[in-house]
Amino acid sequence: MANSGLFWALLGAALSAGLAGAGSAIGVGVAGRAASGVVTQEPNMFSKVLILQLLPGTQGIYGLLIAFITLTQIGIMGGDPNISLVKGLLYFAACIPMAVGGLISGIAQGKCSVAAIGLVAKRPEQFGKAMIFPAMVETYAILALLISILSIFGIVNVPF
Amino acid sequence: MTGAYIDNGYVYAVARIRGAELKLLNQNAMEQLIQAKHATEVLRLLSEKGWGEDGKSTSPEDVLSAEREKTWALVEELVPEKEIFDVFLLPNDYNNLKAAIKESLMEFDYPGIYISEATISPELIRKAVKERNYSALPDSMQEVAREAHEVFLHTGDGQLCDILVDRACLDAVLKAGQESGDEFIAMYAELSVASADIKIAVRAALTGKDREFLKKALAECETLDINALTNAALQGREAICSYLAATDYAEAVEELKKSTTAFERWCDNLVIRRMKQELYNSFGLGPVAAYILARENEIKSVRIILSGKQNGFPEDVIRERVRETYV
Repeated sequence: MANSGLFWALLGAALSAGLAGAGSAIGVGVAGRAASGVVTQEPNMFSKVLILQLLPGTQGIYGLLIAFITLTQIGIMGGDPNISLVKGLLYFAACIPMAVGGLISGIAQGKCSVAAIGLVAKRPEQFGKAMIFPAMVETYAILALLISILSIFGIVNVPF
Repeated sequence: MTGAYIDNGYVYAVARIRGAELKLLNQNAMEQLIQAKHATEVLRLLSEKGWGEDGKSTSPEDVLSAEREKTWALVEELVPEKEIFDVFLLPNDYNNLKAAIKESLMEFDYPGIYISEATISPELIRKAVKERNYSALPDSMQEVAREAHEVFLHTGDGQLCDILVDRACLDAVLKAGQESGDEFIAMYAELSVASADIKIAVRAALTGKDREFLKKALAECETLDINALTNAALQGREAICSYLAATDYAEAVEELKKSTTAFERWCDNLVIRRMKQELYNSFGLGPVAAYILARENEIKSVRIILSGKQNGFPEDVIRERVRETYV
């Protein structure tokens, strides 16, 4: 049980990459289906709908970033992988905002992208506006990312 | 059943429909057709918009049926569970049944009277009626096919035969609407049955039909009390109007007083207005159903314009009859 701290920290990193990635996969997947529908009717819309499809993809990248930083901090990527149980649980807690926020915002952003793709199909000249609606959802993924990063970097100074 | 149909499964379909909606005729395009000088010019304008099939006949009927086929080909590609849209196709089945019964007593064959977009193939109905082997038909159609065919064989009363088939059709539409699990489709089924009942009641009042007739012809539905409607129809057109004033169709009374054509137009426009909400819906079957109806309405309007032009009606008379557009 000496290394149970490491287990919790690793679980946090895994969830952060896994859940945020799953949110992005669902979001990009559903938007991709809508994008295919539009391109079937109008092949020259490809570049516009591609950008809208990729918007929900960022959560997965944020999740990966958090996982990566956590792995570095706990010494699994080289260094001393011996951390206390308290620290391990703290890392786990720090990863939660990105894991949950990434999962849910990825799905929500995907649905929003579907609607925006419909908008672009109808009015290609309104592409700029169509991009803003799904981008709004991004705010909350960034907020989750921010809290996770601040927490992970703060844990180093905790005296346990 | 409901849950499966209204999940995200139709995201691709709705996006395709969004693209297809761009090719629908809008109010301006419709106005342009109305202002055309003659039917040939209407057909030319339509072919510029991609109507009809390239290199094929340009007779109005061929162009319109080609457009209807295109719609159903797209829908069949997008929604594998085609039976959800039975509500729109069932009237064609029963129309084919009527045609088959009439044809069975003719000396010659008339293959042109059948509508190919239907839930069961016209050939099957034709064969079943010809051989009097009704068990080949779906359960819901067997009884009415046998009854209507016998009535027609024994009495030669084409009207009674039509009433029996129409009534069965209304019952089937209402049932299909309720079973579809989609709110929009159910609303459409209810409205089409109610409006058919109202039209039957008005026509019966004008021609002085008896209670027996109304009992056979009027189909049950949720928004109308069939007993009250029957009593009103027996008293005359005025009584129908005052009964309707107390129902969901109060707004239609004015139109009904003008003519049944005006009333039919009111019903179609009501559906179109309700359909417009689906323009902003990105998920589910609603947008696909709305697109099918938009196309049907468009074809109906174009047919009105074409026959108006062929018969030399002035623009105003045509404009009055053309339906609102979806886009």
